[in-house]
Amino acid sequence: MKLQQLNSKDDLVRVREETYNNMKLRFKEENVEKEINKYHILVCTGAGCISSRSNSVHKKLDKEIKKRKLQEKVKVFKTGCFGLCKLGPIVVVHPDRTFYTKVDPKDVDEILEMHIEKGQPVERLFYRSPKTNEVQKTIDEVDFFDYQNRIALRNCGVINPEDITEYIAMDGYMALADILVNKTDPKVIIEEIKQSGLRGRGGGGFLTGKKWEYASAYESDKKFVLCNADEGDPGAFMDRSILEGDPHSVIEAMIIAGYCIGAHKGYIYVRAEYEAALNRIEKALDQAKKMGLLGKNILGSSFDFDLDIRLGAGAFVCGEETALIQSTMGLRGEPRPRPPFPAEVGLWEQPTLNNNVETYANIPIILRKGADWYSSIGTEGSKGTKVFALAGQINNTGLIEVPMGTKLKTIIYDIGGGIHDNKEFKALQTGGPSGGCIPSDLLTTEVDYESLADIGSMMGSGGMIVMDQTDCMVDIARFYLEFAHDESCGKCVPCRVGTKRLLEILQKITSGKGEMEDLEILENLCYDIKDSSLCGLGQTAPNPVLSTLQYFRDEYITHVKEKRCPAKVCNELLKVVISEEKCVACGICARVCPVNAITGEHKKPPFKIHQDVCIKCGACVQKCPVDAIYKE
Amino acid sequence: MGIRIEKHEEENFKKLDQVIEKYKEEEGMLIRILQKAQDIFGYLPMKVQSYISERLDIPISTVNGIVTFYSLFYQEPQGKYTISVCTGTACYVKGAHEVLDAIKDELQIKEGETTMDKLFTLKTTRCIGACGLAPVITINDDVYGRLTPADIPSILYKYIKTHKKAHVPEKEEVKN
Repeated sequence: MKLQQLNSKDDLVRVREETYNNMKLRFKEENVEKEINKYHILVCTGAGCISSRSNSVHKKLDKEIKKRKLQEKVKVFKTGCFGLCKLGPIVVVHPDRTFYTKVDPKDVDEILEMHIEKGQPVERLFYRSPKTNEVQKTIDEVDFFDYQNRIALRNCGVINPEDITEYIAMDGYMALADILVNKTDPKVIIEEIKQSGLRGRGGGGFLTGKKWEYASAYESDKKFVLCNADEGDPGAFMDRSILEGDPHSVIEAMIIAGYCIGAHKGYIYVRAEYEAALNRIEKALDQAKKMGLLGKNILGSSFDFDLDIRLGAGAFVCGEETALIQSTMGLRGEPRPRPPFPAEVGLWEQPTLNNNVETYANIPIILRKGADWYSSIGTEGSKGTKVFALAGQINNTGLIEVPMGTKLKTIIYDIGGGIHDNKEFKALQTGGPSGGCIPSDLLTTEVDYESLADIGSMMGSGGMIVMDQTDCMVDIARFYLEFAHDESCGKCVPCRVGTKRLLEILQKITSGKGEMEDLEILENLCYDIKDSSLCGLGQTAPNPVLSTLQYFRDEYITHVKEKRCPAKVCNELLKVVISEEKCVACGICARVCPVNAITGEHKKPPFKIHQDVCIKCGACVQKCPVDAIYKE
Repeated sequence: MGIRIEKHEEENFKKLDQVIEKYKEEEGMLIRILQKAQDIFGYLPMKVQSYISERLDIPISTVNGIVTFYSLFYQEPQGKYTISVCTGTACYVKGAHEVLDAIKDELQIKEGETTMDKLFTLKTTRCIGACGLAPVITINDDVYGRLTPADIPSILYKYIKTHKKAHVPEKEEVKN
C-alpha cells in the first residue's frame, strides 16, 4: 500500500474524499445503483471468525476471483467483528448488504458463481432468527442488531482495519486534525469529554474527563499516556474486538489525550495471548507513522507524539492500573497502594493517564458529534453505550453494543436469542471474577454502573455469561475463587491467604464435607478480604461467593445438608449408575473400570456398579456404547 | 564473563546478543528481552537468565523474579506442540474440563507436563476470547472450537502424523 505523508488537514480531507468514493457501495444511504455492477465482499477476520477458519475463506475468495478474472467486478476485504461469533465466519456482500453466516471455504465457488455472476444470493447461508425462525437476508434485517447501537464498534464490520485510509474515509483522524488546526485549548476538549458523561469502560466507571483533567493539572516536562489492553476477565473480548476491528480509533484518541495532558509518549499494553489484535495494532502504528499521524510535527503542526506497544506475559493482576504501570516498565506486575494515583505518580514516577481500549474508542466520535449527542444516550448516571461479550448457554454468543439502560432481559432474549437448547435460565454472571451472579427475577434490571452494583454484581469490563440449570452455582463460585487464588500476586496477605481459605471452604462444600457453620465463616471471611485487600483484585475477589450466597443460598444448603448437587456437577456428590432398561451387558464398562467396581455376567443385563468401590472417574460413562451409564 | 557457552549454543547466544544490543538503551525493556530470548531458546534456562542479568547489569534475583511472576515464561523445555485448553468461564460452563481430561487420558500427562517424546506440552490457559466457540483449545497457533472429548484423539493424531512425516525423509537420507 502506498501511503503519503500528510502535512495538513487538507491532505487528510483529500484522502478521505478519495477513499470514501471507492467505499460508497457499502453504505445504504448512498443508494448506489446496482447497475454499476460492482461488489465488495467483506470477510470478518475478528478472532472468533478466524478460529472458524475465516482466513481460509478470505484466501479462497481472493484466489477464485483471480481465477475467474472477476477482479474488475468484485473486491474482497477483511473487516472487524460483526458480533455474531457463534455463526462465523460471517461474510457480507455489498451493495446488496447480503449477510452470510457459517461460510465454509467450500461455499466460495457457489457465492461467486450464483451471487456475483448470476445475481442470485445463496439462500442456504442466510441468517435464521432463533427467535422467530424466520430467514433474514440482509444485514439490515438480521434481528441480532435490532436493539443495538454501535458507537465504540462503529467501524467494526464496515472498514478494513488493515487500511488506514478506510478509517480516514469514515472521518477518522478528523477530530485530531481539527484540534491541531484550531490549536484548541486542552481545557475545552477535556470539558467536552466531561460533559459527555463518558465513564471508564474497564470496570471502575470513573468519569473519564475528570481523569484527563487530573492528569493535565500535574506539572511535569515528561508525561505519559497509557492504554490498558490487558483484557483478562475470562469470557470478555470487547477490547480485543475493537483493537482487531478499529485500531486507529484507539490511536487517534491516545494522540488527542497526549495533546490534552501535555504528553509526547504513549504505550499500549496488550495481552500476549491476543495475537491477531497485536498484528493489527502493529500494522496500524506503522501506517500512522508513515502518514505523519504519529511522530514529529503531526499533520504539519508543532505537536509531537509517539506510541509503542508493550506485551503482557500472562498475569491477570496487570489489568489493575498500578500493576500495569509496573509491568509496562518491565518489572513484576505488583500493585501498590493508591493514592498517589497514576495521574500524579505513574510511569517512571511521572504523571500518567491510563484508560481502557473501549473508553478511548469512544473519544474521537464524541469530539466529532459533541457531548450533547453522546449524553443523550443512556441513563441518568451512565451515558452512552456499552459493549458486552455474550457467552455461555445462550443462542447468539458474540459481541453486542447496547445503550446504557437496556434491560438484561432484552440482552439475553431479544439480542441473545434466548437460552441454548430451550433450557431454563438460571443466572447471568457479569463483571468476571470481580462480579456476581444475577438470578432470573432481577433480569428486569436496566444495565448501568449503579444498578449492577446495587444487585451485588458490577459492570466490569463487559463479560456476560449465561448459565442454565446444568450449572451448579457453588461450583461456579469455586471456579472463580480458583481463578482469583491462582492470579493473586501474593503481595498482600488478605488476598494471598484469604482467597486460598475461601477456596478450601468451597472445595469442602462441593465435595460433600461442608457444615452449616462453614457458610457463616465463608461470608465473614469474604467481607474481611474485601475490606483489607490492597488492590481491586482482592477487594472484588469475594463477589462471586457473596452474590451466589445471596441469591442461591438454597443450593449451598442442599450441598451441605443433603450432600446433593442439584445441577449434577459436583463429582463427589454424584453416583454413577447403570440403567437397567438400556444395559446390553456387553461388559465394556467392567473392562475399562480402573478399580473393578463393575460386575455382571456377559449377555445377562444389567451390570452393576458397586458404589463403595467406585471412584467416579467416569471412564465407563464415556465408553458405554448404548449410553446406559449416567451420573445422578 | 562467568558463563560457559557450549559450541552448539553459540548461534543462539549470538542472536540473544543482538536482541540485548537492540533494546538495552531503552528503559523498561526487560520483559521484552526475556520474551525475545524465549523465542530464541524455546524456554528460559538458568544459564540464559544469568547471561541476561550479567549483560544488563541487573541482579539475577530481579530477572528470576520476573520470569517466575509471569505465566508465559518457562524455565523448562516445552514440547514441539503446546496444547492450551482454555479454562475461561464460558469454556468452563461448556465442558472444558471434560476436554482437558480427554487430552490427559490420551497423552497420559498432567497439566504443565510434556510427553516423553517432547511432542506435546499440556497447559490450561486463561480466556483467549473465542467464547463464541466454547469449549476451545489451541495447539500452537491453531484454534479448535465447539469440542467434545470425542474429537480429541483425531485432532492429536493429525499432529503425530505430520511429525512422523517430517521425520521420515531424514531416516531415508541416513539409509542412502
